[in-house]
Amino acid sequence: MATSADSVGLELIGLNKILGGRTIIENLDLSVKKGEMVSLLGPSGCGKTTTLRMIAGFLIPDAGKVILAGTDVTTLGPDKRPSAMVFQNYALWPHMSVFKNVAYPLKIRKLAKDEIERRVHDALSLVNLMHHKDSRPSQISGGEQQRVALARALVQEPDILLLDEPLSNLDAKLRVKVREDIRDLQRRLGITTVIVTHDQDEALSISDRIAVMNDGRIEQFSTPQALYDQPATEYVANFIGSLNRFEGSFEDGRVQSGDNIVGIRPEDVYFSSHQQPGSHPATVELVVPRGHFFEVYLNSNDHKIRSFMSSEIPQVGATGFVRISKALIYKDGKLVKVA
Amino acid sequence: MSRTNTKLNLQANSWVVRIFLSLFIVIMAIFILGPLFWLAIRAFVTGWTFPNLLPDGLTLRWWKVIAGDDSLLQAIKNSLLISPIVVAISAAICLPAAYSFSRYEFFGRKTFIIGIFAANAFPKIGLYASIATLFYAMNLMGTVLGVIIIQVLGTVIFMTWIPAAAFGAVPRNLEDAARDAGASKFRVFRDITLRLAMPGILVALVMSFLAAFDEAQGTYLVGVPTIYTMPTKMYALVLNYPVQISAVFSLLLAIPSVILISLARKQIIGGQLAEGFQIK
Repeated sequence: MATSADSVGLELIGLNKILGGRTIIENLDLSVKKGEMVSLLGPSGCGKTTTLRMIAGFLIPDAGKVILAGTDVTTLGPDKRPSAMVFQNYALWPHMSVFKNVAYPLKIRKLAKDEIERRVHDALSLVNLMHHKDSRPSQISGGEQQRVALARALVQEPDILLLDEPLSNLDAKLRVKVREDIRDLQRRLGITTVIVTHDQDEALSISDRIAVMNDGRIEQFSTPQALYDQPATEYVANFIGSLNRFEGSFEDGRVQSGDNIVGIRPEDVYFSSHQQPGSHPATVELVVPRGHFFEVYLNSNDHKIRSFMSSEIPQVGATGFVRISKALIYKDGKLVKVA
Repeated sequence: MSRTNTKLNLQANSWVVRIFLSLFIVIMAIFILGPLFWLAIRAFVTGWTFPNLLPDGLTLRWWKVIAGDDSLLQAIKNSLLISPIVVAISAAICLPAAYSFSRYEFFGRKTFIIGIFAANAFPKIGLYASIATLFYAMNLMGTVLGVIIIQVLGTVIFMTWIPAAAFGAVPRNLEDAARDAGASKFRVFRDITLRLAMPGILVALVMSFLAAFDEAQGTYLVGVPTIYTMPTKMYALVLNYPVQISAVFSLLLAIPSVILISLARKQIIGGQLAEGFQIK
């Protein structure tokens, strides 16, 4: 290992998992630093939840190791691991009050009553829910239930916090607020966190690093910015953000015939009525308002290309010049050049 | 104009509906409560014969007769003793089975579930007759154990099907969350699964108790003449005693059912089921 043991929060080494005769996870490696927040991002069925369940201990890998805070926990059950999970549907126990839900993990650890009292109080204050401590889960809102689930996880003072699609059951407005709250809390407590999500906005906005998963493998593991600017594979480029995709090559500021894949972000496509160095004639075919920006469909040399523009929006049918500031070139799915 | 008409029509309709509904409720009440009422009166009167609109006189004589008749008291004792034992044995056997049916895939699972149902789909008397031959061979005829076994058989369907559904309805991730919180498998079962399945199990216990308490066919075949329970004693009462004695005995027979159902109703409607399993 290149990094020293105490700076690693979570280490997955060569994980394999076959479920129902199908290989779900294949030779997966991942190393998460202590205090880091990492997203597992991918479409449904890519194996991200399976990976999380192997970290939590609900699934035992067929091969490979799970190392939590320096300890090999590969074969331990979920009750023996220093991890705490927030479930997608919160999984609060309906027959217990909010207080009892949060106190349950401590009760199992046989802590003294006043110690339990104090820690539950702290955890509920942290998520601003002290006033609901005697409510039943069914009596509080979805966002509040989510915070109870978070408090129940944090009260255990786990070495690692696992979040399984924690925001998917909240409405859009609340989702943004809660994800900021989670990020804020995570930073303040400095707790190593793995979050599973299929929502790229969510992953990009709260993670230190993102592991983009596809078909049981990690396609790329890097910072949100690097993921966006230099997607290592064509899959990642397609999955994160928008992309104009062409078969051909990129020369002289335009797409030419060739046998590579050229990916161009709509943000890197500029349209102007004046010719500039490296720009080529284009016609505006369609303009779609998208709120704070416009999606402009251009045709240049029989290549249809989209551009995101926020000012000087052209009319449909207008002619002018298109300039491409950046293109990603892929060969066999792998990034070979950024032009 | 036409609007007022429709309104009038609607009003007329609702009146017709109301009258029919009230009539229906009254008829149902007479149909259900009438015989019970008649029974209750019978238990407290000296006699009540056809042309008379009112009973001849009030008396507690019939209750005293029962209190002084050892064979009747023995039947009551037997019932009150055997039924709880039957429920306990049935629960001990069937609840683990119910849990397995709801949580594990195993060879013959479907066949077992259907099999339990099938035993109740045919006329029981045929089943009992063949069991009787078996019991003769095993010297179980006329024994308490024989009666218990035959009554347990009648409760199996309630004690497996209802709890199996209740266990099945406990969301898995609630169990996972408890495991994640540090609970052992046993603790998860005790604190979460069993606790959340409890309303269904309570219903099964009540249904099983009533089924055992009211079971007459098999008990008669196996127990008589050495062992009488309240329902089998009814046969003798109807044939050999004044009708008022049967009335008193019927009322006694109804007491446990009424108590249990009203208790269960409070538990189930006001309690855990009402809170619901909103969190899946």
